[in-house]
Amino acid sequence: MDFQYLFELLCGGIVKGSIYALIALGYTMVYGIIQLINFAHGEVYMIGAFVAFIVAGVMTLSGYSGLTVLLLAAVVAVIYSAAYGYTLEKIAYRPLRNAPRLSPLISAIGASIFLMNYVQLAQTPDFLPFPELVPEFEFMAPIERYLSSADLVILIVTTLTMAALTVLIKYTRIGKAMRATQQDLVMARLVGINVDRVISATFIIGSVLAAIAGVLIASRTGQINAAIGFVAGIKAFTAAVLGGIGNVPGAVLGGLVLGIAETLGAGYISSAYEDVFAFALLVLILILRPAGLLGKAVKQKV
Amino acid sequence: MAHLKRSFGIGLWFMFLTLPLVVVRVNTLSQEVQWRWSNLLWVGVGAFAIAWFWQFSINRRAAGRASTVADKPSLAQRLADDPVLSRRVLLGAAAVAIVFPWLVSTGQNFYHVNVMVSALIFVVLGLGLNITVGLAGLLDLGYIAFFAVGAYTYALLSKNFDLGFWTCLPLGGLMGMLFGVILGFPILRLRGDYLAIVTLGFGAITKIVLENWDTLFGGAAGLANIPRPELFGLLLDGRQKSVYSYYIVLALVALTIFVTNRLKNSRIGHAWMALREDEIASVAMGVDMARTKLSAYALGAFWAGLVGVVFAAHNNFINPDSFTFMDSAMVLAMVVLGGMGSILGVIIAALALKLLPEYLRAFAEYRMLVFGAVMVLMMIFRPQGLISDTRRKYDYDGADGANGEGDHGGK
Repeated sequence: MDFQYLFELLCGGIVKGSIYALIALGYTMVYGIIQLINFAHGEVYMIGAFVAFIVAGVMTLSGYSGLTVLLLAAVVAVIYSAAYGYTLEKIAYRPLRNAPRLSPLISAIGASIFLMNYVQLAQTPDFLPFPELVPEFEFMAPIERYLSSADLVILIVTTLTMAALTVLIKYTRIGKAMRATQQDLVMARLVGINVDRVISATFIIGSVLAAIAGVLIASRTGQINAAIGFVAGIKAFTAAVLGGIGNVPGAVLGGLVLGIAETLGAGYISSAYEDVFAFALLVLILILRPAGLLGKAVKQKV
Repeated sequence: MAHLKRSFGIGLWFMFLTLPLVVVRVNTLSQEVQWRWSNLLWVGVGAFAIAWFWQFSINRRAAGRASTVADKPSLAQRLADDPVLSRRVLLGAAAVAIVFPWLVSTGQNFYHVNVMVSALIFVVLGLGLNITVGLAGLLDLGYIAFFAVGAYTYALLSKNFDLGFWTCLPLGGLMGMLFGVILGFPILRLRGDYLAIVTLGFGAITKIVLENWDTLFGGAAGLANIPRPELFGLLLDGRQKSVYSYYIVLALVALTIFVTNRLKNSRIGHAWMALREDEIASVAMGVDMARTKLSAYALGAFWAGLVGVVFAAHNNFINPDSFTFMDSAMVLAMVVLGGMGSILGVIIAALALKLLPEYLRAFAEYRMLVFGAVMVLMMIFRPQGLISDTRRKYDYDGADGANGEGDHGGK
């Protein structure tokens, strides 16, 4: 048993898992409130990565470099993803609020296909090299084998973001409104919560998290294309289901479990089948424990 | 005036939204930034026009809620109610379909026949998925996997065991069915949206396995030299082969229409529709949920497997690229666009979605973009599809039509 290798895989898995967790949070929050799988969430993440790529590209060519570029690119990406998430909800989901269950889901799939092809047509269907924006920290050199500088940035940023999200949900006015809406949408409306605004806010927050994830993963893997949102979206959804959909800590746990399971599977069995492990895990979880790791089984009401 | 102002605002908002993606293009190789400002103008004007029209449509939809579309009989309804008319239309369509290859192909020019073959293959796929999604309400996002099962079944059987097309045709269908049952079993308990994701996962797994298992499935390169369908040992030239494939797939379409139509009005068909409308209520009424769902899965998959064999034989060559999520989405778009459960609608939608991009080349590039948009718009403005499904109903004296056909929008 090679423990060093195992440890290396574990670290990689945690880094990957924390990205999945960031995207999964968007799924789980939306699902918690309106019971909709926001299929186009992966596309919002992809758009975040693309906007960051464009901003970074323009700035690098104008002579800027390093952390300034990363920060500005991330900020612009976050703004744009939030705008896209907000618009998406307004156009594709809001008119279907009271429609049968299948309708918003199909609408979401349509929106996902639309956005993917929109970016493909407006930019390029090919892979684009994403610039390395995270500088190499010297103090990371000794443990670089396990954790690179980019990985460290990912871990720090995801932890901070999740902490901020927890504070937002627990202690702010809008967070309280979100929790109330999640418990009972009709009741929340009756006590005077502007439910439409809460839903919009949920989409915006989810999109912000997705954009952060998009910038982070793009600067780690070093390449993006219009299709990355699709796979990442499904995996993040898997993570959300794994932890129990609608459950915020569950999404984080699910993301980490999925990331670790995937890297271990790829490292010990076969890297070509990496995606298969994720899907197989999803199927297994849904069959054995449909409520997820942290979720409570929901009784279906008539 | 308020509308105009709002539309103007929306136009500006979309100009902002599309600003980085549509205008800027960074070329990393030549280190250049390309600014395409003219695009922004088009986006602005387009968004303004669409927003204006959108508000108009939404208002109309809201106003029209009280008196639903179903008040006047739809085309399908009229066809179903009038046996003479429907028989004439059917005969006419059949006649056109049969003489079609002789109308459009001259000499060695059989391009149109080949296009039609691939369109008809998708008609069968659409009708098959219509059983699962349209009738039983089980959203399947990995349907193309069953198509792949059929295609690879034929390719492998003919390569390794030298089996002919006609032997493999039913085998492909049965393999599709078998996979449908195998996949159907574990997901019986899942609710609608989970089911969608799991089927999507299955579809993705199928493609990954096909791509990576080189020794058996030929990997990403696929399998070539798949024999064409044989006709009593006759030697056919290129054009005759295409025409022959055309008639085979046309016969399959006819068979699918016949079977789906009979299924729809059968006991099991009613059970599917009951499950689609309300699972708990129908189970309480004695519908066997496991058997009903499994049969919907298996029967839907059967057609995909069957037509997969035809696809492999017609193309001579298959690789995993023909079985992507986008293909599943396209078949789904056909069902949604045509009207879930409606046979005529699905056929028209399938033909339109396959033939339009083929003949409007300029449109081909934007095909998927338009599909996506159309799926969203259909759900909002016309969830029942182009030609809404009509239920068989019994007319009582004096009470005809008063209870409507419970399939316009509401649950």
